Formats: sequence, C-alpha cells, structure tokens
Amino acid sequence: MNVVFPRNMAALFKALDEPGARVLAGGTDLLVRLRSHPDSGPATLVGLDRLPALRGVAEDSGWEPGLGTKDGRGDGSPSESVGPGTLHRALRLGAATTHAELLAHPLIRARLPVLAQALADLGSPPIRNMGTLGGNICTASPAGDTLPPLLALGAEVELAAKTGTRRLPLASFLLGPGRTALKPGEVLAAVCVPVPGVDVRQHFEKVGRRDALAVAVVSLAALVRTGHGGKIVEAHLAWGSVGPTVWRCPEVEAALAGRKLSLTALTEAASIVRSQVQPIDDVRASADYRREVAGNLLLRLAMLE
Amino acid sequence: MKLSFTLNGVLVRADADPDERAVDLLRDLGALDVKEGCGTGECGACSVLVDGVHKLSCLLLAAQLAGRELTTAAGLGTVAAPHPIQRAFAEHGAVQCGFCTPGMTIAAAALLARNPEPSRLDARRAISGNLCRCTGYVKIVDAVCAAASELSEAPGGETPGAEDQA
Repeated sequence: MNVVFPRNMAALFKALDEPGARVLAGGTDLLVRLRSHPDSGPATLVGLDRLPALRGVAEDSGWEPGLGTKDGRGDGSPSESVGPGTLHRALRLGAATTHAELLAHPLIRARLPVLAQALADLGSPPIRNMGTLGGNICTASPAGDTLPPLLALGAEVELAAKTGTRRLPLASFLLGPGRTALKPGEVLAAVCVPVPGVDVRQHFEKVGRRDALAVAVVSLAALVRTGHGGKIVEAHLAWGSVGPTVWRCPEVEAALAGRKLSLTALTEAASIVRSQVQPIDDVRASADYRREVAGNLLLRLAMLE
Repeated sequence: MKLSFTLNGVLVRADADPDERAVDLLRDLGALDVKEGCGTGECGACSVLVDGVHKLSCLLLAAQLAGRELTTAAGLGTVAAPHPIQRAFAEHGAVQCGFCTPGMTIAAAALLARNPEPSRLDARRAISGNLCRCTGYVKIVDAVCAAASELSEAPGGETPGAEDQA
C-alpha cells in the first residue's frame, strides 16, 4: 500500500485517477477497518491532511433556492431572516473540516444548533479532533451521528472530479450501509446546508450505551417550524440507527402539520412512529427497544413548546 | 518513506513504511510512554498532541507526522521536573496501574491549554475518550482540577486581558 498527501486539487484528482486509490480523511473509521481486513486494502491511500481547499466554513454563494430541497425559499421573507445584517441562506462546510472545528465555529453553533448538538455527542474529544464531516458521510453508517441533522436540514453534497463538480441531495447520495453515490475519481468536497429561519426550533438527541464513544442506538434530529398560536407549520424529522440509512417518516410529518406543538400531538405522532419504523436487533439493542425509543424521542419535542 | 518531525522538542528523522502507524513508529523511536491499548481509537492510551491538538496515534499513519510538532506525555515533563499536571496526578492518587496515565495527562494538557479554569464536568468531558480500567476517574478529575488551579494561580499564569476586567 502507498500513501500520498496532495497539496492542491489538481494533485488530488491525479492521485484519485490511479487504480485502487481511496480517500483517507480523518482515518477514524478507515484505518480501523483496513487493519482488521489488511488484504482488502486499497493500493493507494490519498490523505486530505494537506489540502486547505477542503476545509472551513463559509457562506454558500452558489446556493440556489429550491435546488434539491422542498422548501428552499430564498426571497428574504420574514421567516427566513436570521437577524439584522446577517442573512446566511446556506453554509458551505468543507468536507475535510474536523468535527471539533465545526463545533467551535460560531456560525454552526448559532445557525445550525441541531448539527452542533450531534457533533458534541460524536465520538470523543480526540475522535472529534481527527474525524471529518465528509468522512462521517462517506462512511455511510446507519448510526453516523451527523447524518440525521444534515438530512433534516435538507443538505446537499458537492462532489468534485477532474471533469467538474456536481451537486446531489444528501438523501440521494446515501445508498445504504457503507454505500454512497460517489464515483471513482470523485471526492466529496463540501456539504451545503440551508440555514433554517429563526422560527424553526432545532433539536437533536442520541441514545447510546454510554455518553462518550457510543454508537447510536437511536437518534433523532428534528426541525419544527411553528406559527400563530404555537401551531406546527412544518416538521422535518430524521432518525438514525433504525434502518439501513437515515429514516424519514412523511406520515408523521404530515400528522404533526397544523397541530399545536403539544404532548398530546406528539404522543399521537409517536404511536405512528412505532407502527411504521422497522429497526433490527443487534449487539447494542433489540428491535423492540429501538421501536419504543424512536417514538419516545419525539415526545422530547414537547420541551420546545 | 523518509520523514522528519519534532518529537518533544527534538527534530527526529525516520524511515517508515507507508502503512506504518504513528504509534508503532513512536514506540520504535523509544517513546514508550505512548501506549497501545485497543488500537481502534476507543481507549485513548496512545494519545499525543499533534501541533497542540489531542489526537490518537493508533489512528494516524506515521507518514502523517511529517513536519508536525509532536508532544507525548514525556514531553510535558520529566521525573526530575514534572509538569504540574503530572505532579497533581501523583499527589492525588490518580495513578493506579499507570497504563492510561500518559494518555490522561495529554488529554488534561489539551484541556488546560484552551480552558485554564475548567469545571469538573469540563474535565470529565476532556478525558471522555480515555479509559482507566482501574476506574480511578474521581481522582483523575481531582488531579486535573488541582493542576488547573495551580497553573492559573502561578505567577505569569494570568489570562491575557485579566487586568482590563479588574
């Protein structure tokens, strides 16, 4: 096995063109897997350590409202306003930015608290110092902590190759456990996240066997937009670790729309969740337990009331 | 592949295989304070500071160390001149079998560098990636907090801007 560390995008694409090349981002998953299956390793690891172009958080000037999201209003209407003088419609998160760097970023904390909450629960301090957002996405684990928030937010991925760049909704990029729509020669360059308005409550909760270094047993990311009289205008809900990819439930989102955000409405919605969700038994929890918790996590939204 | 980096203030040159892990190279170079526990990033025994950032040397390739500044527990202080964190660990009974201690002190050093006055909860979170199988966590947190107090009271240890607030 060979390892290279390109210092610019041209060198990166050249390295990725070699047969058997594979991106090494934070290494927190990949190096563990390569060590347990040494024979299945790639011919060349292409490290992203020395590529500043793939790091950092910026306002996404290339964002086109409506592209790939169902409610991408960009007309500056009051519900989209995030405060005087600061109208960030979308943020572009470099794929090789570490979890710790994202967590420390004021724009992430202020505008995307649902993502910040998930990042704070991810792994451990050294894992957050090494692991990257792009790595969490491309690993495509059913339990990836950043995936439910990003899907609830309607994130898109920016995939770069020598021949050009394409954008896909994250939901179309994630195909199954460990499987993505990444093509040979492509790299996940950035994640573009529309910023919810101030009338959207953001919430994330993960249930694991312990606080640190826990693989999620069940997690829930929720965005709830409320209007007059505390009525739910719109709810975006995404569960982790209850299916092969992040689980969405349009029936529950529809059932909540128009209801007052209350324990009564949430209790009814939770019973829909329990009837629809199809988790599996594994070493961490039983399917029955996951089904119960998937519904219970929804009840926590009553605290946003 | 040939590489050079700074190990505890000393420039070292090494020849590493492309798939060699940092923890193996460091131990071959004599840095036996860097322990390997789980080898999968869950125990923190192999913790090091890379350019001041707490990372795990079992999840780094040796090649990734090129040009970096590495600090291991032995780089914090020596037996003759221990770092206040190391002295606090000894004084508070935070060392039992000792296997987790180098990693714990690295985690503590990373915490105190960015947060000179941590709460007990801050200290617990900072060491949450480090396992102590003697389960001496209470004393470890005592030691981290004691070291923080000592460092923040030390002459010249005031935080910048403290005078402005007075």
